Order: sequence, then C-alpha cells, then structure tokens
Amino acid sequence: MAGLSLDLIALQLFAGLALGAIYVLFAIGLSLIFGMLTVVNFAHGAFYMVGAYVGVYILMLGGDFWICLIAVPLLVGLFGVAVERVLIRPLYGRGIDYPLLLTFGLSYVMVEFVRIAFGKTGFPFDTPEILQGAVNIGVGYFPLYRLFVIGATATVLLALWLFLEKTSFGLIIRAGARDPQIVRVLGVDVARVWLIVFGIGTAIAGFAGLLAAPLQGVIPEMGGTILAEAFVVTVVGGMGSIGGAVLAGLLVGVVVSMTSLFAPEMAKVSIFALMAVVLIIRPQGFFGRAGLMS
Amino acid sequence: MNKITKPGSISRRRLLTTVSAGAALTVSPFRINLLQAQEATIKIGFPVPLTGPYGTEAQDQVRAGQLAIAQFNDAGGLGGRKAELVVRDDKLNPGEAATRTLELVEKEKVNFVVGSLSAAVQLAINNVTKERGIIFNSISQSDAINEAADFSKFTFHEALNPHLTSGAVGRYAFSKFGKKVAFLTADYAYGHEMVRGFLDVGKAFNIENLGDIRHPLGTSDFSTLLPRIQALKPDILCISNFGRDQQIVLKQATDFGVKKTTQIIAPLLSHASRVAAGPQAFEGVIGGCSFYWGIEDKFASTKAFNDAFRKMYDGKLPTDYGALGYGGVRTVLTAVKNAGSVDTDKVIAAMEALKYDFYKGPQYYRKCDHQSVQSVLVIRSKSKDMKNESDVFDVINTDEPNEANLRTCAELGHKS
Repeated sequence: MAGLSLDLIALQLFAGLALGAIYVLFAIGLSLIFGMLTVVNFAHGAFYMVGAYVGVYILMLGGDFWICLIAVPLLVGLFGVAVERVLIRPLYGRGIDYPLLLTFGLSYVMVEFVRIAFGKTGFPFDTPEILQGAVNIGVGYFPLYRLFVIGATATVLLALWLFLEKTSFGLIIRAGARDPQIVRVLGVDVARVWLIVFGIGTAIAGFAGLLAAPLQGVIPEMGGTILAEAFVVTVVGGMGSIGGAVLAGLLVGVVVSMTSLFAPEMAKVSIFALMAVVLIIRPQGFFGRAGLMS
Repeated sequence: MNKITKPGSISRRRLLTTVSAGAALTVSPFRINLLQAQEATIKIGFPVPLTGPYGTEAQDQVRAGQLAIAQFNDAGGLGGRKAELVVRDDKLNPGEAATRTLELVEKEKVNFVVGSLSAAVQLAINNVTKERGIIFNSISQSDAINEAADFSKFTFHEALNPHLTSGAVGRYAFSKFGKKVAFLTADYAYGHEMVRGFLDVGKAFNIENLGDIRHPLGTSDFSTLLPRIQALKPDILCISNFGRDQQIVLKQATDFGVKKTTQIIAPLLSHASRVAAGPQAFEGVIGGCSFYWGIEDKFASTKAFNDAFRKMYDGKLPTDYGALGYGGVRTVLTAVKNAGSVDTDKVIAAMEALKYDFYKGPQYYRKCDHQSVQSVLVIRSKSKDMKNESDVFDVINTDEPNEANLRTCAELGHKS
C-alpha cells in the first residue's frame, strides 16, 4: 500500500505506546495481586467489567464521569475486599491452584449476575464531552480521550510506586510478599495487609474497566478479551513484577501497532507470538523471580 | 329380518352421534389436546449465536421467531398441530453450530431448521441439513450459500446476500461522496464477500481502491489501524464488519476524527448495534439493511408485524435481524400450511411457489438458488430529532426487489 511516510510510522509508534499504556492499566492490578499474594486472579476481567457497570449505574443515577473516577475504584475495591475476606482468605496456604479455580468460577458467577441484573445487550458509554475529539500531536491527530487514559495510567502507577516504596505500610506489604512468616513473627497482622492489597488490585481493575468503557462500550463479556491480554503482559513482564508489567505492556502495544501497519490480520496473533518468544528465551519473563510459581 | 347394511357404511344414528361429537370437539378446548396427542408438534430448530459479539442481534432473532410461532399457533396451526421453536446457542462457531444442528436433527427430531447469524456458520449448518435432507432457511447474509457448490434443494435464504447489499449501498455512495475508497474489513467470509460486492459495483463508478485493511473477528481496539487509514486520505471508508466489531470501530473512528474528512459507509447497519453503541458513534454513517420498522407508513404488512411485535414485547419495536427471524420462520410455516403437511418435498414445492408480503413488501424465492428476492433499504444513522428509542435511522433510498441486482443463476453455477 502506498503512503508509508515517516510521520505515519511515528504516529503508529505513538499509537502503539498509547495502546501499551492501556494494556499496562489492564495488567497492573493482576500483577500486584499475584506479586504480593501469589493469587492468580482469574476474576480480574470480571472486576474490570464490574467497574464499567458501576460507572454506567452511577451515570444512570445522574452522576458524571468525574464522580465515577473516584467512586468506581472505591466501590469495586470494597467489593474486592469482601471477596478476599469471604472467599480467598480460607484458601491461603493451600497451593496456587485453589484460589485460581475459585476466581475462575467467580468470574462466571459475576458475568452471569450482571447479565441477569443489566441484560445481555450492554450499554453505550459516551466519551465525556470535554475529552471528545482529536488533537494534533505533531505527527498527526490523536484522540484526546486516549491521551487522558495515558495520563490516568501514569498517575495510578506513580501513586502505586509511592505507596509501595515510600510509605511504611508499603514496606510491610513488600516484606510480607517476601517472607510472611517473619513478618507475622514481628507482630504484623499479615491477613489485614493481604486484604488491603487485594482491595487495591481489584480497585485498579475496576478503574481500568471504567476507563475502557468510552473506548469500546459496556457489555457483560468485556472482561474476557482483556483477561488474556493482561495475562500475556504479566507473564512477559515476569509474574508479579510491576515494573516488568509496565515494560511488557508498552512493548506489546508497540508490537501490535507495528504488526498492524504491515500485516493487520496478524495483529492479534502477534501478542501471543511475542509471549512465546519471550518465554523460550527467558521463561520467568523480564523481571520475574524464578520459582515463584513452584 | 334385519336390513343388510353394506360393509363400511354406517347407520343414520351412528352418523348423527359422530357428527355431533365432532362438532362439540371443534368448539371445545379439548380438541387441541386430542389432536396433539395424535400428532407431534412441528419443531423448528433455531441455532443462533446467543453469546458472543453478535448476541444482541441473535436475541432479537429469537424474539421475532417466537412471534411467528405464536401467530401460527393462534391461527390453529396445521389443522390443530402446533409449532414450537427449539433454540440453541451456536456461539458464532461453525463447529459448535454443526454439533448443535446435528443434535437438533437427531435428538430433538426437528422438522425444519431456521437460523444462523454469520456467513461462515450458516454454511456449517447447511452442510448438516443438506446431508440429512432437512429444509434450512438461513436468516443471515452469505453469497456462498447461493452458489451451486453449497446449495441444495433443501437450502433457502431469507436474508439479503452481500452482493445485493453492497450493490445497493455502493450504487448510492459511490455516486455521491467521491471515488477514493478505503476498506476496513472483518477477516472472514462476510467481510470478504462484501468487499468483492463493493469492488464489483464500483467498476461502474470508476472507484479507486486505496487498500483493504483486514482485522480479526472480535477486535476490541482499532487504534493501531485507524492512523494508517487516515493517511490514505479516502473520500469513503467502507467498514465491512458486524455486531460488536461494528459498534467499537465506529466509536473509535469517531474519536479519531475520521468522519471530519471521510464518509463512512457500512454494507449493513445493525439496528441493535446502533442502539447498543449510542447515537454518537453511528452519527452520519450510511449503510444498508433488509428491514427498518419505519417503513410501516409504506407497507401494511410492516405495520401489522410491528404492532404484533409491540403487543408481544411491551411496546418494543422489531429490528432488522429480528424481522429476518420472523420472516424465516413464517415462510416455512406458511408453506407447511399451504402444503397441508410437513413432508419435506411438499414444503419445498410450497416455498418455491410462495409470493409473500409478511413484513417488508413483496418477496419470493428465486427458483434456481432459493434466494429471497426483496428490497434493500439504504439508511443513514440519526443523532438528532429522534422520536423514540427505536427512531435511529432515516431511509434515504430503496432498491426495489429485482432479480437483475442478484448474480445470475449461470454465474452461480446452477444449470438452467
């Protein structure tokens, strides 16, 4: 095809990084929960979907998008806390497959419940008015809302980093992830720490779902595709490594984008091809700790 | 000595009692149960993709199919024999559809199959039904199903086909919005057939094909494809996908500002998708459809269908794919009634003889490929002055039913 200019390649690269930022946002909650709790949360996509539906519900009640940005992560996080307390907690110390199977089943229950409560059809979700339209970024036009999503992702990452690295509670979380036995001996209530981590992870999943709603609308099955993408990003980055997830997310975005430019029909496959290549060369992913799954 | 009665003849008294008992039965509610006990229900298998990206449309197919069944039963069925719709989820997967269809035929013992919502899936269903000698009336778009290789005498096609649809939309758009055309296409039979149709009709308008970008079925992000398309600077962007893919791509194309410089056209605009995605995403997009409730001012049959649907579903109006579900089931049941039997060959003959107007004006099945010859509506999506939640399109042009708009029987490989 004609018209392959340098500007286009630059725009394509940017589109890839923007898409990568969205992948990072999808994956970060999953990565956090795995890294700290060693729980493979298969309900991650369902929490993401619930985030979008909570947003729809708040809009129905007359709220606006900005209220949703605060309320959705709070409500989904609270729901996550309840799930951890009632369903996940009894399974700690029983091997990695117990919570995996539980969350897998839970995701079906959540999707089915939303289908019953809100119908199978789904809802439109308009981009908030002041974030509509495209702006010139030097090499071409790019939707304003996608730039906003990149900003939101960066904010979440920054807040998460400050919380984990710069607060004393973050120190406890990191210590708990490395050796819960010792932390418990030192008199820390590890159960409470895990509860909060699970809440934060699910809150970010809900937040991601809300931000995705104006990009693709809201349906009960919306969490299905992103779960696969989030797992690829988490695995490529190294299970449980947040920095790895960021790097892997951006890389996956760029790979998809560049494949789209030259062989668009291969774009979806390229994600999994990348994962296969990375796993052959570095089975634990970019920054993964070897033996975490064993 | 008693009078000798001829064997087989009956006495006057006997005759009287029988007739009066029969008369009592015809007005009594017991009649139905009695006859049902004697003859089994007429079963119509209905495989559609209830879950997956086309779920919204499929649910409407079921609703309207149920309406056709209810009307048939309320009118007394086939001499009291009732009909029933046996719905199965084909999950938009050819393998799943073939398994479900086989199960419908073998286990449920259905008399007929109506359904499908995918160019590829209907061929899988058709393979099963033609092998088992069961009538299949397809209610989704496909060109291949008309062709001699896939066709059988058991195969009917109530829906439009891509050649017909893209022809109607192409003739309208290429004469109005420019000659430079780019394509964004779902990478499977439906998309490929639509693009072929657009390029065919485009020859008459000397369109310039800037390129065809293909995306996998079930894509949730088009942000990496849209800059490439915008760089081509097309007058017309022709997006051939369906269901959730269509909802998402139109939303994202709007965000990328594609509509500022380019007219977006789609071979088919789905009513259910337009409602699910909202007015913003679909605003100004032009496409084709087989049915829109708004033509009720023009056709008494549309009005009657809309009213019956409203009554059955709390004031809701039927959609395009819903109407196909209705048409697909009603033509089969009407043929059953005309034939006075569920015998496959008799029903085939009755369907071939049908001249019907059930929901959108006159239609009939062409003899060689059993394609329903019918009108195609060209519609534009509204975003202002909407009177109700179903008031989503303006009909801007109508291609009247005309065999000349179809590929000829010879082109399809049918022997005359």
